[in-house]
Amino acid sequence: MKSHLLPDFIVERIEDRCNRCGVCVKQCPWGVYSWNDDKTDILIDYTKCVGCQRCVVYCPNNALIVKPYYGSYRPNAYWTKDIISDIKKQAEQGGVLLVGTGSDRPYKVYFDHILLNASQVTNPSIDPLREPMELRTFLGRKPDQLEIEIRDDDIEIKTELYPNLVVETPILFAGMSYGAISKNAFLALAMASKEFGTLFCTGEGGLPKDMREEYGPVAIVQCASGRFGVDPEYLNCAAAIEIKIGQGAKPGIGGHLPGEKVTAEISATRMIPEGTDALSPAPHHDIYSIEDLSMLIYALKEATNYEKPVFVKIAAVHNVAAIASGIVRAGADVIVIDGFRGGTGASPKVMRDHVGIPIEMAIAAVDQRLREEGIRHKCSIIASGGIRCSADVVKAIALGADAVYIGTAALIALGCTMCQKCYTGKCAWGICTQDPNLAKRLNPKEGAKRLVNLLRAWSLEIKDMLGGMGINAIESLRGNREHLRGIGLEEWELRVLGIKGAGE
Amino acid sequence: MIKPRDDKDFQACGLFGVMDRSGERFNGKMVVEAMKNMHVRGNGLGGGFAVYGLYPEYKDYYCLHVMIQDWNEDAKREVDKFLDANFDIVHDEEIPTNEDANVVNPPLFWRYFVYPQKKGDDKRLSDDDYVIKKVMYINTKIKDAYVISSGKNMGVFKGVGFPEDIAEFFMIEKYKGYIWTAHSRFPTNTPGWWGGAHPFCILDWTVVHNGEISSYGTNKRYLEMFGYYCTLQTDTEVMAYAFDLLMRRQKLPIEIVAKILAPPMWDIIDHMDEKRKKLYTTLRMVYAPLLINGPWTVIVAHHGEMFGLTDRIRLRPITAGEKGDLLFLSSEESAIRAVCPNLDRVWTPHGGEPVIGRINEKALKKVVE
Amino acid sequence: MRFVDSYLEGVRKIDEIIKYAKIEGEVAEIDARDLRHKELNDLMRECVLRGARKLILKNVCGQRYIGTRLFFNPGVNVEIVIYGTPGNDLGAFLSGHRIIVYGNAQDGVGNTMDSGEIIVHGRAGDVVAMAMRGGKIFIRDSVGYRTAIHMKEYKERIPLLVIGGTAQDFLGEYMAGGRVVLLGLNLKNGKHKSHYIGTGMHGGIIYLRGKVEDYQLGKEVGVVDMEQEDWKFLEKVVEEFCGHFGNEIKVDKDEILGEKFMKLIPVTKRPYGKIYAY
Repeated sequence: MKSHLLPDFIVERIEDRCNRCGVCVKQCPWGVYSWNDDKTDILIDYTKCVGCQRCVVYCPNNALIVKPYYGSYRPNAYWTKDIISDIKKQAEQGGVLLVGTGSDRPYKVYFDHILLNASQVTNPSIDPLREPMELRTFLGRKPDQLEIEIRDDDIEIKTELYPNLVVETPILFAGMSYGAISKNAFLALAMASKEFGTLFCTGEGGLPKDMREEYGPVAIVQCASGRFGVDPEYLNCAAAIEIKIGQGAKPGIGGHLPGEKVTAEISATRMIPEGTDALSPAPHHDIYSIEDLSMLIYALKEATNYEKPVFVKIAAVHNVAAIASGIVRAGADVIVIDGFRGGTGASPKVMRDHVGIPIEMAIAAVDQRLREEGIRHKCSIIASGGIRCSADVVKAIALGADAVYIGTAALIALGCTMCQKCYTGKCAWGICTQDPNLAKRLNPKEGAKRLVNLLRAWSLEIKDMLGGMGINAIESLRGNREHLRGIGLEEWELRVLGIKGAGE
Repeated sequence: MIKPRDDKDFQACGLFGVMDRSGERFNGKMVVEAMKNMHVRGNGLGGGFAVYGLYPEYKDYYCLHVMIQDWNEDAKREVDKFLDANFDIVHDEEIPTNEDANVVNPPLFWRYFVYPQKKGDDKRLSDDDYVIKKVMYINTKIKDAYVISSGKNMGVFKGVGFPEDIAEFFMIEKYKGYIWTAHSRFPTNTPGWWGGAHPFCILDWTVVHNGEISSYGTNKRYLEMFGYYCTLQTDTEVMAYAFDLLMRRQKLPIEIVAKILAPPMWDIIDHMDEKRKKLYTTLRMVYAPLLINGPWTVIVAHHGEMFGLTDRIRLRPITAGEKGDLLFLSSEESAIRAVCPNLDRVWTPHGGEPVIGRINEKALKKVVE
Repeated sequence: MRFVDSYLEGVRKIDEIIKYAKIEGEVAEIDARDLRHKELNDLMRECVLRGARKLILKNVCGQRYIGTRLFFNPGVNVEIVIYGTPGNDLGAFLSGHRIIVYGNAQDGVGNTMDSGEIIVHGRAGDVVAMAMRGGKIFIRDSVGYRTAIHMKEYKERIPLLVIGGTAQDFLGEYMAGGRVVLLGLNLKNGKHKSHYIGTGMHGGIIYLRGKVEDYQLGKEVGVVDMEQEDWKFLEKVVEEFCGHFGNEIKVDKDEILGEKFMKLIPVTKRPYGKIYAY
């Protein structure tokens, strides 16, 4: 069938800079560039271009420009080019539209309507360059109080404590499975976590056996609906276990890792035959209600001798506050809330773009509800889904989170350019692919370096912001909404966020 | 005390029901023991019991169990005045409770045995509809007063706590009945509100329920057309009204009602013989707004009958057991075994297929007439 | 606001409950009557740490996760004999142990089980063998909904589930590997009532004895002819089944194998490859 689609990008070559070296042909996995028959010239088929910018960055002569295709249909504010293209695609292929990464729709970004406070006169700001600034964060359930016995000169804690995790910055790497991302990308996340003193989440693709000893202690291992690679050793080698109920990019549905991505090593990690689709059902079939969730939380605690905190990750949906309260009461030590901007390797477009609520609203509502019920200390909250910069981290924590997960931002640090083609397995940057020729483009050591740099940079910025507020320990920011003001928000939005308007 | 919020209630639970089909009454010890076995299915934020054959000495009178929140004296006075104006009160008393029980801030509970005194337009109403109307008035118009049960010769005892705490509070083991249903609650909302506990009751119909209905909005708005107003924002209330509408008002048997609430899938209906196909197709077509979607199990009781039913793909558990005249329904088999180790039969019904316990004809006369 | 962790609340310390266990050499007998879920598992672990390799549990009534907390590195193999009704998630994440139940089991038997064996002299509830990845489960009577959902296999690790009776709906849903044998020994009219058998199945094999109409099968499974090696496999399995339960129910290996078996396999390893547009 002849495709009626318009191209997405156009490639311009600056002819007097190009010496036909052929790097672009090698770098582009999409087939945009090809040699002509006698190898004297390079042909360009820009209709195949996805805008990943790999060729531009690697062109030794800076001869290439990739830009959005400017030809379009008659301008129409309702029947946009996107809408028209989607209809044409579905008419040609008859299926569910698939996309990668988080939603790109122009919904209101609440982070961008919140401003931070700083000290002036009445309360000194603190200079983070000279004075101590503490970002160390504990994740897990805290007791109502401590019972301490003092005998002579000995002090003993009598209260039995729940397992807690320590991170040196309130930024953790979100669940991205080996399978969705390459081994090198996965390894880079693990290495960076170990080096910086934070944690990474394995996603639901298991943890390769050769990584367990070294990186298990910095891994949050996921137990998702497909139970891939979940064995007693996997659970016991980790720092924590995360039950994945849902994710912001596709709340309420499962995931399909296509068979062509299930290579020999992935099949060994997931414990399924090579080439088989790895299908994660929409729900856990042993969890159809809150008391079933409680049953799995305790099954995992039993399986790990009560030594590991259990996380529960949910997508931010309409009744997230009530659901979160139930999750705490069900025994979770940490709740991860993934906002509707959360990324993904593959999601039906309709789910990604139309389901869920913003993370800012969700965190505010959950924190408020748990405080009203007097159970906020029973769990930690991790905000996830679309955290783009250190200011987002600070705002999320002030709204009520203990820490954040970053996924997309980490991948961008590794090279991702948000071309949204993760589901094709052809990632030119070696991140979202299992093709060995592409995967080797990402050197895990260099990747880890970039990630550590990012964590360092954001941590420094967070210290700056804290210092400005006159705060020198991250715990004094947590839930401290006094340091937030809304701008350009309506009354109900301020109410849900629990913040005042600017000038109030 | 926390009032219900304006958003919807979610919860999950442990359920238990037992019936002596010969009509023989027995005390509540067995039910409490069974609920204790399923302790971990609840989180201490709701427990309750419904008892049938409870007040044989007043069996001709409606018995209203009324909860007065915060011991509000004005509310109590207003209820007294309202009932006095609309009913003959043949007897009323505080429901005895045990102050040492492990519960926090219990409200006041009062029971009234009443006979309708219809006036004016109300004379056209049946006794049952009259009682419903007056109960709705108290629940919606009198602040801090809630009627938690309103049938004859039966009653509901419920509150915030584990079922065993609630049993201790109401001294349940002293009461006798021929049907007992019980509920242990794991709410994620409205915790701490005594009225939010189960069983939910309308006349002598009680429902205990486990799960969350994803069709709530559709069901609720359909029921509103028939004069039911869901004031408690709970799935259970929707269930109770659906049963009231279909079984009491429209007089459909549970065997049919089950196929309305939990109908078979179309591709199964497509393979039925013509007669059944027509019946099932018509039921789905006419009663589409009462398909109860999502995971749920209910145990429903009214005089002479107790049944258990799950959603059509059985997303919540139920196990049935029989021993002589006794019929058990439970979220877990172990709870039945805990009180009756040697069963004649134990089974789990298919999704949407009710397990029905009916009292034999003679015994029924004994308890309701 | 009241907060109760109903699973942990009131759990006694090991020295308060050790009296419920009688350890003699490698055998420990535990009276579970008054033990809470966690207490029983604490006690079982303690017995194994003290050298017991066979645990006899009496008066079990609803206690969950039996066998789950016995993962040790390096591993040990323990035999657990249960009298009564074990609670949900019996043998969840089980690692190499052998569990024998004299009674019925509830929901979640062998949930994400890794290896070992579970033999139930009775029936079992819903989601038996969910995401099971190794080992064997034998259920004498019938099972509930969603049996063997997402069971999976890898190379020589092929889990096996044998059911003497019948199963309710969604048997083998999303199955990604392993072997399920449904013997249909207690069928009244020879017909299974289960619908959506093997829906979403993309690996493994279901062997089914007794009648099933086409429309009871999921769209993703096909019926194929039994071959010599299938019969050889079934012979071994049925022999093992008779060995476990021959004393309790009337079973005759040759009679069972004398009847028709249906072999169900997935139509494709990639059932949902074609539902997307790119």
